[in-house]
Amino acid sequence: MNYKTVGLRKEEYLAIKKMLGREPNESELRILGVMWSEHCSYKSTRSILKMFNSEGKHVIQGPGENAGIVDIGGGWAAAFKVESHNHPSAVEPYQGAATGVGGIIRDILAVGAWPTACLDGLFFGKTPNNSTLSLIEGVVAGIGGYGNAVGVPTVGGKTFFDDSYEGNPLVNAMCVGTVHQESVITSRTAKVGQWVVLLGSRTGRDGIAGAAFASTELAEDTKSSKPQVQIGDPFVEKLLIECCHELLKDKLIASMQDMGAAGITSSASEIAAKSGTGIHIYAEKVPTREANMTPWEIALSESQERMLLIIEPDNFDKVKKCAEKWLLECALIGEITSDKRFRITNHGETVVDLPAEMVGGGCPVIDWPSQKPAYLENIKVEKKYEVPQERFKELFLSVLTDPNVRDKSWIYEQYDHMVQTNTVAGPGNPVSVIRIKENGTFLALSMDCDPWSCWLDPYNGGAESFLKAARPLWACGAEVLGMTDCLNYPSPESPENYWVLKESVRGLAQAAKDLECPVVSGNVSLYNESPGKKILPSPLVGIVGLLRDLDTFLPSGRMEAKDILFLVGPEKGSLAGSLFQRIMDGTIQGKPTPYDADLERKFKERAIKTSKEKCCSSVRVIGSGGLAISIAKECIFAQKGARINIAPELLKRPEFLFGEGRPRAIYSVKPSMVSLFESIWRDFGLLKIGTVIEDHTLDISGLANFTLQEILGCWRG
Amino acid sequence: MRAYVVVFPGSNCDRDVVHSLATRLKTPVLTLWYEENHLPSDADLVVLPGGFSYGDYLRCGAMAATAPILQGIKNYAENGGLVLGICNGFQILTEARLLPGALLANKNLKFICRQCTVRVERTDTPFTSNLQIGQVLKMPIAHHEGLYFLPPEDLKRVLANRQVVFRYCSNDGTVDEENNPNGSIENIAGVVNERGNVLGLMPHPERASEKILGSEDGGLIWDSVALWLAKRGRR
Repeated sequence: MNYKTVGLRKEEYLAIKKMLGREPNESELRILGVMWSEHCSYKSTRSILKMFNSEGKHVIQGPGENAGIVDIGGGWAAAFKVESHNHPSAVEPYQGAATGVGGIIRDILAVGAWPTACLDGLFFGKTPNNSTLSLIEGVVAGIGGYGNAVGVPTVGGKTFFDDSYEGNPLVNAMCVGTVHQESVITSRTAKVGQWVVLLGSRTGRDGIAGAAFASTELAEDTKSSKPQVQIGDPFVEKLLIECCHELLKDKLIASMQDMGAAGITSSASEIAAKSGTGIHIYAEKVPTREANMTPWEIALSESQERMLLIIEPDNFDKVKKCAEKWLLECALIGEITSDKRFRITNHGETVVDLPAEMVGGGCPVIDWPSQKPAYLENIKVEKKYEVPQERFKELFLSVLTDPNVRDKSWIYEQYDHMVQTNTVAGPGNPVSVIRIKENGTFLALSMDCDPWSCWLDPYNGGAESFLKAARPLWACGAEVLGMTDCLNYPSPESPENYWVLKESVRGLAQAAKDLECPVVSGNVSLYNESPGKKILPSPLVGIVGLLRDLDTFLPSGRMEAKDILFLVGPEKGSLAGSLFQRIMDGTIQGKPTPYDADLERKFKERAIKTSKEKCCSSVRVIGSGGLAISIAKECIFAQKGARINIAPELLKRPEFLFGEGRPRAIYSVKPSMVSLFESIWRDFGLLKIGTVIEDHTLDISGLANFTLQEILGCWRG
Repeated sequence: MRAYVVVFPGSNCDRDVVHSLATRLKTPVLTLWYEENHLPSDADLVVLPGGFSYGDYLRCGAMAATAPILQGIKNYAENGGLVLGICNGFQILTEARLLPGALLANKNLKFICRQCTVRVERTDTPFTSNLQIGQVLKMPIAHHEGLYFLPPEDLKRVLANRQVVFRYCSNDGTVDEENNPNGSIENIAGVVNERGNVLGLMPHPERASEKILGSEDGGLIWDSVALWLAKRGRR
């Protein structure tokens, strides 16, 4: 047993000795090994995360708590966060994904909010081999199995297929909750003399040191990591939500933490450090699932469905009674002390005695060596493509049938996306919309990421990842309140990986700042590598926007016959890293169009104005597959045809029909409102591209003609 | 009228039913805890909501069917009280033998959540009194165990007694295999007991009683109940 076996580096071990003025004992070393792991300490990214702006007029609580919180009016607030559960899902897809959902729901619960909606970012291998298919099936069943039972609707998300995720899929779960601004719970409010109560499941040996497992590359034999994966129990989670909310209503909770990574250690030490107090845990008082668990096992267990409550001693009987009503275990396991120590004793014997601040916040920051990857020099060459007329139809259909474009209802129909009766626009839409019963408003939610752009051009790709999620929100008429992000990357220990990480986050942070979207929460997942493979840089962005009513909400997939179709924005998108390029020759090269803050700002202003003027039936921001696919999707969802008339010289250029990136959208404009619409967009870039027809056919300038049935058949697969 | 919604540990549509009934009928709706063993005397309608009672770790609804409140519900139903079980509530009613048949895993063995259409087969029940025979209602389903099944003898009896109230169908009311989302026998989506006062329904009317949620058709069931009660002097 030494510092290496618990995953610490030598300089970290020396720092521990210096801080303590002595050797740590074995339990302390195990605890610090987990708490100072990448997953818990953010030691490789703390300096990078400083680039994010977290301030904005709607922000109530920025990063640092269990979830970010933004003002949604009428005294109410939305709490939200996204978190990864990548490694557990690779090893045990069902439980890995299920506990990912459970974990993020408890994060939202921990700030006192009622979990209202979930979204998921899923990244899988593209080649449909047996292992990928069973992995997808397991992950989807796990998300559904947990979310459906717990009664939180899964209302949207992002699914991305690429072979770089084979063996190391990404499972990112986001949850949004609602809370009255006066009822927000923080971890900063514990007071000396208050009691520490453990509510929920018993503590077992499952998931011990899972956080450390999440901080290394996946081993060849992933089965050997099974003990690190936790098992979920959505029934107990549901009871926890009900019980905690009953306690919150009666104002019986002074402070609260969910127990995720590093279990009791993390939750207890965080409360002490943030409240400026100490905390004393009596290991023997923790109800355990199995006999003979050692104190460090109890301290680090990641058994699911547990909450740590800080309460006034006088309230204990009431808390216990409420727990009994909800069939939950409830044990007094410690107290808040004045000595600023994180102390664990077992039957009177001191097992751990560390400064509370050191446990969670003591780990020295690592600034890994960083170097611009050599590959970036070789891929800059812009490749010219031409689409011969006779190949157009075939190409169009192969983009339409790509897993990245194809219908995802086989995934989301396995999720209850309607429970709580708030889902106005559910999965399948570019923006999900949920009603907030408490104040009569609506939240617009989006999630996106552009991994190939990030690989080709990290700075601009990072910006594009933000913009892909933001543009549909602007287009639907929502006011953007804030965002959360899940930074999924390979090992930071390679200088090239670290450079890409820093650059793409710089781009993401810059775009979010320029476009006034504060980053209020987030999560980092590094070491996403499996033998011989590493994932694409994948910063997933989840944005929450506000619609004060549905009157000016502009949906997608609702175009009406006789509407005039317009393309707004630059005529050309970029083919670099586009789906078109991936399908055409599989070599990814070129330079995505650089991020242009001014152009995006102009788009945002006009998009919001367009929704306010109510001159359109439908909008679709151009994303994966470009303009051609956006038109097809509008036809599919609206169950309408379209006659497209585009000049032949434009049609010849695949950048026009299949290019991605840049602020481009198609609007379906009501015939009587055309001049109003034109007046909004004239100075931005505006092209009339066709009309919507009742007839179920899509004709693209005589170049190709499809029946809706044909398109639908291909898209559904 | 006075409606009650039963809450079991693991129920997750209880608040939805309360919201839907209360906003549609503008009437107070109260909840009933599963440990109660008899129902309030003023109850006009008792709803067993959807969800995962006791996690549904055993057969769906099997644990809840043994809860104290079920004795109260049995007595109440025997006296002609109106009972509606939605989704998990339907499963509980079959487990408690208040309704015939069983709900098995969907034909594709997966959870299915989507908008559906059902055809009204009977209008002489309290739950369909304001509807037309053949009327098509749009209401979503969300379940893993929704395949309604009956052994041949029981099916014969249920059909002879006209206990089928709703069948899955196409938008225009065609009942066929193509429009059977979960493999239910005879496309059955809802059945009543012989007396007609206990209804089990897999689709969720409470998710279809507001325009912004995509359908108001579920509200027609609430209207029917209110009308039926009003005719009997209960408002």
